[in-house]
Amino acid sequence: MRITCPICGTRDRREFYYQGAAEALHRPDPEAGEDAWDAYLHLRDNPAGRTQDLWYHEAGCGCWLVVDRDTVTHEIYGATLVEARHAD
Amino acid sequence: MIELAPASPCGDLLPLQVGDMILAELDLGSLTLVAPFAGQVEATSDALHDAHGVGFPDPGVAIRVWDTLCLWSGRAQALLAGPEPDAALASLAALTDQSDGWAVVRLSGAGATDALARLVPIDLRPGAFPPGSAARTLLGHMTVTILRDPADVAETAFTILAFRSMATTLVHELETAMRRVAARAEAG
Repeated sequence: MRITCPICGTRDRREFYYQGAAEALHRPDPEAGEDAWDAYLHLRDNPAGRTQDLWYHEAGCGCWLVVDRDTVTHEIYGATLVEARHAD
Repeated sequence: MIELAPASPCGDLLPLQVGDMILAELDLGSLTLVAPFAGQVEATSDALHDAHGVGFPDPGVAIRVWDTLCLWSGRAQALLAGPEPDAALASLAALTDQSDGWAVVRLSGAGATDALARLVPIDLRPGAFPPGSAARTLLGHMTVTILRDPADVAETAFTILAFRSMATTLVHELETAMRRVAARAEAG
């Protein structure tokens, strides 16, 4: 399995560390209420198919990535930098 | 005042020759990590150019001008090797002296690429990794920075930087791979 890092290019999976669903990037407003925070902290989909999750290019450039992949076929559709989404 | 004698990271483990491959320790001089402040990459590059003749390298690039080497070493950071950093850089980038933090070795000779292919998960053949290339990757289970020094055009040689505390592991991993490549060549 290979992941194309936007900075380093195509690299072996062993250079990356898996963190979990990219849902972690969608932090609710502090006043969003208990349900929204409960869902953000604890509820995760377990899709058979396309999903997005966070990977850390630990043994490479040190970037956090959102990897778009398929849990059934293991196909990787692409990866983008988290910093590009969260310029703030 | 006590005068302390500097000890090199690899000590008496190196140099080492196996077959045609030579593994030797390198002294790159002063090592400074240069991490430009937000929005200051171009200004840092200009200041590096004015003071040391090298710019801030793009990802995967190593630049050498005489005794000064500047290599990309991760997201928004580069390692300046050789001179002490110019004072003008301090207002543009975070500068960290890492001179004593790295073990630096040079692997050269026929078979060097094959030896590294046993340890490193990226393509280091000349077509994919020509002189002037730099990469952060793994060597065995250890993170390393590997480069083809732009000055090394006459032969295939790799400069490898590992954390100083891992120097013994670095030499052991490389020596094992070198011996196996040499044995394979001998067996025909």
